[in-house]
Amino acid sequence: MNEALLRSLTPSVLGILVRRGADFTAAEDAVQDALLEAVRVWPADPPRDAKGWLVTVAWRRFLDSTRSDAARRRREDRADEEPAPGSAPAVDDTLQLYFLCAHPSLTPSSAVALTLRAVGGLTTRQIARAYLVPEATMAQRISRAKRTVSGVRFDRPGDVATVLRVLYLVFNEGYSGDVDLAAEAIRLTRQLAAVIDHPEVKGLLALMLLHHARRAARTAPDGTLVPLAEQDRGRWDTEAIAEGVAILQAALARDRLGEFQAQAAVAALHADAPTAEETDWVQIVEWYDELVRLTDSPVVRLNRAVAVGEADGPRAGLAALAALDASLPRHAAVAAHLHERDGDLATAARLYAEAAHKAPTLAERDHLTLQAARLHSRRPR
Amino acid sequence: MAKYLMLKHYRGAPAAANDVPMDRWTPEEISAHIQYMNDFAARLEKTGEFVDGQALAPEGTWVRYDGEGRPPVTDGPFAETKDLIAGWMVIDVDSYERAVELAGELSAAPGAGGKPIHEWLELRPFLAAPPTIPECPHG
Repeated sequence: MNEALLRSLTPSVLGILVRRGADFTAAEDAVQDALLEAVRVWPADPPRDAKGWLVTVAWRRFLDSTRSDAARRRREDRADEEPAPGSAPAVDDTLQLYFLCAHPSLTPSSAVALTLRAVGGLTTRQIARAYLVPEATMAQRISRAKRTVSGVRFDRPGDVATVLRVLYLVFNEGYSGDVDLAAEAIRLTRQLAAVIDHPEVKGLLALMLLHHARRAARTAPDGTLVPLAEQDRGRWDTEAIAEGVAILQAALARDRLGEFQAQAAVAALHADAPTAEETDWVQIVEWYDELVRLTDSPVVRLNRAVAVGEADGPRAGLAALAALDASLPRHAAVAAHLHERDGDLATAARLYAEAAHKAPTLAERDHLTLQAARLHSRRPR
Repeated sequence: MAKYLMLKHYRGAPAAANDVPMDRWTPEEISAHIQYMNDFAARLEKTGEFVDGQALAPEGTWVRYDGEGRPPVTDGPFAETKDLIAGWMVIDVDSYERAVELAGELSAAPGAGGKPIHEWLELRPFLAAPPTIPECPHG
């Protein structure tokens, strides 16, 4: 039984049922039934057309479950007049499903859960474990999300930016439990890129691949963070880097720059450098200037200050930082790094400790505490 | 999608506005309070925001290692001065604002006279797993 094949077929089968007028929740149940049936039947009797088989079985299940409902019978009759499921391209159906699952009426966490369930074909238990919440909580989150979008018409084009934001959230969750959400996000973004021609989709895919390529080197075996400059570049996934760079270049050639492409360009410049010293910080600053123009985000300005510090020296970085609100997340960490490079170790140590106190993750807190301790132990007490 | 811990104290939090010890409430008031807490948890499960909740016994003991070959020290005469956690609830919400809103609702649980207790709840964010995308370019 090929689980990957089943999961890759799930969204288009679901999309077909919904387009034919099935209520989202009922369609999802029917597709799950069909998948279970496939697991049971296929090993002994594999179908020639896997998707056609799934559509037929799921549609029959849907009809069975709605047959008793008088109101739905009319819709069923109407649907019966449609041609039997064939091998029609499912491209648009899958795309619609992405838009539906990232509908603006959903909260971010609901959109993420629904996307993983409906487009990704993960089980509720897998999603719950990945997000470290009880299965009952996740089941409710998903069924609420389904109810929220069940009245949404399927005929309007959706907002690509919203879909990309949801996929980016999935990617950012990384790895926990038995599901690698980063790999899952890459798979879904790849699938989306195959059905929609949009430079920002390619930009996000490139960004994910470039970050994913560095994952093995980003943490030591004991879980501590390894900063970019100290990473063992031999452990970077060169194949993923090459693919990310190629996808990015094709996207940039379209001359419709967006924030994901610009972020991917920064990541590509890091990935391209054979050593940390050879990083092209001047060009990175230029990409951050583009990002500031595109997003006007304070976090981007903060990252730009880091790049300026590398390109033009710590004083220039500190000057760029001075214009920013000190309450920004990671402001103290950046300031500490720049002060250390400027030789003011006492200020750097104090700021590292302050940054550790505000760190949003355990790994980051430990890393910053270590930096503070490293500077303290260098100075006479 | 951030997890928060809501801590309820027996002692150690600032005094509630409606500060009447629970053993002075009427049985109906206690039932109403318990019902409110249960309904609150059930509602959060439905919204997909509930993670965990437990109540703790009022008696707690401080314990400390006291050196090689010696039994651990437990706290003695000043036990009544320490903070005591009454219980917790863990939520998983989309924003800090939502976490504050829910803590506010929990603090409004009915107490003596059927009026909200206005008790202080401590709200603490969980330290998350490191994100896949480093937010700082040198991270």
